[in-house]
Amino acid sequence: MLDDARAVLGSALLTGVVLVALLAPVISTGDPARQRDVVATRLLPPASTDTFGVFHPLGTDRLGRDVWTRLAFGARVSLSVGTLAVVLSIAIGVVVGATAALARGWVATGLLALTDFALALPRVVLLLLLAALWSPSVTVVILVLGVTGWMTVARLVYAESRGLVTRPFAEAALALGAGRGRLLVRHLLPNLATPIVVTAALGIGNAILLEAGLSFLGLGVQPPAPSWGNMIAAGRDALMDAPWIAGAPGIALVVVVVGCTLLGDALQERLSPARRMRARQSVLSR
Amino acid sequence: MLRPLLRRAVASLAVIWGVVTLVFLLLHAAPGDPAGLLVGPAASAEQVAVQRHALGLDRPLVAQYGGWLGRFVRGDWGNSIATGRPVRDLLLEAWPATAKLVVLSILLSYALGITLGVVQASVAGSRLDTILSAASVTLFAVPGYWLGLMLVMVFTYRLRLLPAFGAGGLDAEFLPPWAQALDGLRHLALPLATLTLVGIGGVARFVRGAMVDLEGSAFLLTARAKGLAPSRVLLRHTLRNALIPVLTLLGLSLPAIFSGTVFVEAIFAWPGVGRVLVQAVQARDHPVVLAAAAVSAGLVVAGNLLAEMLVAWADPRTRRPDAR
Repeated sequence: MLDDARAVLGSALLTGVVLVALLAPVISTGDPARQRDVVATRLLPPASTDTFGVFHPLGTDRLGRDVWTRLAFGARVSLSVGTLAVVLSIAIGVVVGATAALARGWVATGLLALTDFALALPRVVLLLLLAALWSPSVTVVILVLGVTGWMTVARLVYAESRGLVTRPFAEAALALGAGRGRLLVRHLLPNLATPIVVTAALGIGNAILLEAGLSFLGLGVQPPAPSWGNMIAAGRDALMDAPWIAGAPGIALVVVVVGCTLLGDALQERLSPARRMRARQSVLSR
Repeated sequence: MLRPLLRRAVASLAVIWGVVTLVFLLLHAAPGDPAGLLVGPAASAEQVAVQRHALGLDRPLVAQYGGWLGRFVRGDWGNSIATGRPVRDLLLEAWPATAKLVVLSILLSYALGITLGVVQASVAGSRLDTILSAASVTLFAVPGYWLGLMLVMVFTYRLRLLPAFGAGGLDAEFLPPWAQALDGLRHLALPLATLTLVGIGGVARFVRGAMVDLEGSAFLLTARAKGLAPSRVLLRHTLRNALIPVLTLLGLSLPAIFSGTVFVEAIFAWPGVGRVLVQAVQARDHPVVLAAAAVSAGLVVAGNLLAEMLVAWADPRTRRPDAR
């Protein structure tokens, strides 16, 4: 794994962001919503020190808040929303895909039709709809992203399980009297772990992008809580005077998504047969 | 050739019906009473009840659904709560702008993405390949709405070269035809560039992967053994075969492309379905949200159907009755 430059770079980028998120209170000014003298500290350029002697590595926003602090605390929101949403969609996808693979008959047909149907929907339309109907909050965003992102996992689990079921070890388990549930949990899922991890790596990047998109439109994480999306939205009015406000969170998003994509690619390459699925999957899950 | 297409068309209609039903159910499951919203917080319980009756909200859910579906099919999509205008007019005005943006960006991003992928595949493993891979991964990772803002910052605010809002200038109607066309192109430039740049990365990654995967195939060995020039092998044999999954990808990625358009339209105030949808969502304008969701699903489904016809045209094997 470590001989692959993409894996190393991807892990390094993601580790960096995770560390920033974990250490946010220590490595920043402490409070992402802190305002002292708005007039004196607003729109300070990067690497400046304000009248209170506080250093702002990425400058300050329109309300005099430290951009670096907001970025670091925003990383917590982005990473946790992305991870939880992907965990949720994997859970739904595994249940749907495995049920379809093991149940056969009309249950399988119905579940596969449902999956195809959900895949044909523009995800953002569904996201906007759901986010608009329930008042925006972090929980709603996680639920909505999870509920709209399970289809690729379901397809993957279905296809792989159908293949695995015919393999001798699965037949042996069935011959020894294992039920479908036991076959799934003890024999199929462990073999599905790696492709699921790959999908998760690619999915987290996409979920983070979508969370930021929703927050950007005002339908996700609500200010003053910092999220990279609402930071970009806040910087939109100050593009001319203070491009760093919108610039910094955008670059952070690119770093995280590049990290997830590189790591996902490297993991996928280890599973050569499914290689061709990779790019398609990552394009589709947007 | 015709029967599978017909089957697909029926399936597409089923998808649109599914979307419409899903949206209807979601609107009903959502908290908040539309009647209460319409009459305002100061209204008495009787006034709310009258409004509920007028909107038909006191009828059983199945009856409401039936009536609503009937009106929807007949094209009576109700009036926008925010503007009072018929929803159908709003969307009829909006969809050509979205279709124009989506079609042009697909053409450009696939043309550029395929070129980039071919170049990468022809030098696979080299330093140039690594550099181009880094570029395509980065483009793939850039959020469209952010890239759009950065382009606005550079081309509108700093260089003052291109307009950033709308599909035409305020004075567009009074310009001579050539100037009007130029004005339209200038307004199109930034939204189109944003969508195209965001799309290139995914396509290039896919084409490169598909072409590298074909390496080692018997037909390539034959082509080379015949003494064909490497460029001819690359373009006539590898690329042609790699393009079939690319066409399938195009159909499957349409929902994602449309999703990107929603954000880009919101940024550039491009007068399309995406902007109508975002504005309606922000204003809780339910009739518009509903219809816009259905129209966008319709556009995606129609595009999917078109992509499948392209695959059937490009790959004769899929046309054979025993192929599916």
